[in-house]
Amino acid sequence: MKIDVSHAKKIIQRYRKKKGILIPLLQDIQAIYGYVPEETVGLISKELSIYPVDIYGVTTFYTQFHLMPQGKHTIKVCQGTACHVMGGKGILNCISDKLGIKDGETTEDGRFSLERVACLGCCGMAPVVVVDEDFHGNCNFQKIDYLLNQYKSKKEES
Amino acid sequence: MKKLSNPKELEKLRKTIQNRRDPNKPVVTICGGTGCQASGCEHIIETFKKEIIKQSLQEKIDVRITGCHGFCEKGPLVVIYPSKIFYPMVKSKDVSRIISETVVNNKVIEELLYVDPSSGERITYEDDIPFYKKQTRTIFGSNGKIDPKNIEDYIAISGYSALEKVLPSMKPQDVIDEVKKSGLRGRGGGGFRTGQKWESCSKAKGKQKYIICNADEGDPGAYMDRSILEGNSHSVIEGMILGAFAIDSNHGYIYVRAEYPLAVKHFSIALNQARKLGLLGKNILNSGFDFDIKIYQGGGAFVCGESSALIQSIEGNVGEPRAKHIHATERGLWDCPTVINNVETWANIPLIINKGAKWYASIGTEKSKGTKIFSLVGKINNTGLVEVPMGMTIKEIVFDIGGGIPNDKEFKAIQTGGPSGGCIPRSLMDMPIDFDELKRAGSMMGSGGMIVMDEDTCMVDVARYFMEFNLDESCGKCSSCREGNARMLEILEDICVGKGNENSIPLLEELSEYIKETSLCGLGKTAPNPVLTTLKYFKDEYLSHIQKKECPAKVCKPLIFYEINSEDCTGCGMCAKKCPVNAITGEKKKPHTIDKDICTKCGTCIATCKFNAIQVKTGEKK
Repeated sequence: MKIDVSHAKKIIQRYRKKKGILIPLLQDIQAIYGYVPEETVGLISKELSIYPVDIYGVTTFYTQFHLMPQGKHTIKVCQGTACHVMGGKGILNCISDKLGIKDGETTEDGRFSLERVACLGCCGMAPVVVVDEDFHGNCNFQKIDYLLNQYKSKKEES
Repeated sequence: MKKLSNPKELEKLRKTIQNRRDPNKPVVTICGGTGCQASGCEHIIETFKKEIIKQSLQEKIDVRITGCHGFCEKGPLVVIYPSKIFYPMVKSKDVSRIISETVVNNKVIEELLYVDPSSGERITYEDDIPFYKKQTRTIFGSNGKIDPKNIEDYIAISGYSALEKVLPSMKPQDVIDEVKKSGLRGRGGGGFRTGQKWESCSKAKGKQKYIICNADEGDPGAYMDRSILEGNSHSVIEGMILGAFAIDSNHGYIYVRAEYPLAVKHFSIALNQARKLGLLGKNILNSGFDFDIKIYQGGGAFVCGESSALIQSIEGNVGEPRAKHIHATERGLWDCPTVINNVETWANIPLIINKGAKWYASIGTEKSKGTKIFSLVGKINNTGLVEVPMGMTIKEIVFDIGGGIPNDKEFKAIQTGGPSGGCIPRSLMDMPIDFDELKRAGSMMGSGGMIVMDEDTCMVDVARYFMEFNLDESCGKCSSCREGNARMLEILEDICVGKGNENSIPLLEELSEYIKETSLCGLGKTAPNPVLTTLKYFKDEYLSHIQKKECPAKVCKPLIFYEINSEDCTGCGMCAKKCPVNAITGEKKKPHTIDKDICTKCGTCIATCKFNAIQVKTGEKK
């Protein structure tokens, strides 16, 4: 799939001749495309004279960046200490089984991406799952069923 | 809003705001923190607004969306002012009654009040609830009173009065001295003395100096910084301006985790409001002092909470720590002298200036002054954020404030200090909590996470969990941390699946020593702590796993099995229907059985069974 790099070009212009820009620049690129496409890495390298190895270094070091397109909905399962003690691992396994993907993967139909995160800072309502921007606290197996169905039907509506 | 040109105008503005506000006008305050949002507060807010219009009371009642109150478990929280009547877990169907009865007629609705689980008593006011009663909420208390998106609310409760005091009458060194005298120690983890840090940065040579607020709150289980930023960004901004004045810096950064979108939003709003009033920017309140703050969003790497890695990250690089023989106070960001303090530390500064170092130093223990916010979470009745004076005992926090352990389970341990900390056992329950006592027990303060564990928590599994975390988050620079943590995790995984042997524990201890000795940054040096403390206090659990192949807490899956108690099973068949691998069989209305060879121990049957007939056992299968 070819991507339209004109947006990336505009973003890169904004960062020209500034220092310490690589992370915010990549954040902006990801905000447009949903991931950091390979084509934009080449572009940044050429336009701003940064070695591709440094760009890949940053994108692979920080968990926020993705090098592949993500699913329509991103499910983040908190694996913080409070969530772990309250059964967060079981929740992750349960979602993983139901979607048939491991964390870091996307379902074949492109509907869901599954991620594990270190701590979402909602420890008072552990275990916590975040779908896109919505926080869901005190999760259990039944709630997961309900949640997944809800987002599946959301997709069908649109 | 007009730009303020001197401290007197700020004082005048405060008076105007205070006079404009009628203290008797009813205000409905609704907590809008992330915790309450997860409980659906947005819907409650909308319902209140609609209902007020429906009852034509727009002129008579104010609605205020506040920051986090700390009692996240009971959200959405609503407090009615001026009566201070408190309703937890508010539902939209109750809103109309709350307005017509409580707000308009000051009548308490008994059935909506908070019920104390230990006494069964209904409690009307927020301050009387045991969870809040023993707290000293000097920093966190304002969260429930102000709308974080409205600078006037902060100014009305004496916000920016420390700045008003400092700019015309104090010299930078006076501010440093005051902070030094207060005995404030950094709230981010290490507990370094803030005043000394400032002093050495102030003495360091450099044309440009930087102030950084570390809001990369990564310790799993701690979220007080998020709540301060979401609920009272201005207190952090004011602290940073004071710090910048003290060390003569004109540029500040706040490094916020990408996982905290609401905190970023509220902080940017606060920055813009402060700029408009002339509290940030050029020539602040006509003092000749310039200072402004930029927001920098982290990319999601735990190690970036470490100061030198954080600086690397702001400079646009991979966040790898560097050796600490050069202090950031001398050569930090862009090689310039830099002061980095965490969110809670900055929020303490205005308080110290306003109330004085002497007052501040009167709170706490000999070497740890002031209050500390802890996130009390895990297996505890009242989960949430608690602010207590340093030196309170674990017992008081867990039982008096936290209300003890749910479901009559036994309190086993408390984990502090995140992945660098350790597990403190029940036997040390009377230990007062401060920086030094925690260190002596083998743990540390960290940023203030307190995860309570009960008899159902396996300590070997907890150690394994932290090792997994440390391995995931190791930046990979030092081989001892990168490889050592991996080997330690392998050993712990072996123990958890019943493959441990007599060499496992000595090997863990040996590796721990190497990793501590030879890692560069604080994270590597402390990575073995969770293993070492669990070995110190819970060795018998390790031995059960290794020698008897049993998991006493019944957590480690390969060492447990499920059984149906034939006396309790009614044969309803629900578990058999729900079992994803069809391991459960039996005739209708007769006790069912689980085929242990097929069973994956996923827990679905336990969640399904209404008669608690499914038992988890450890040891040899019969």
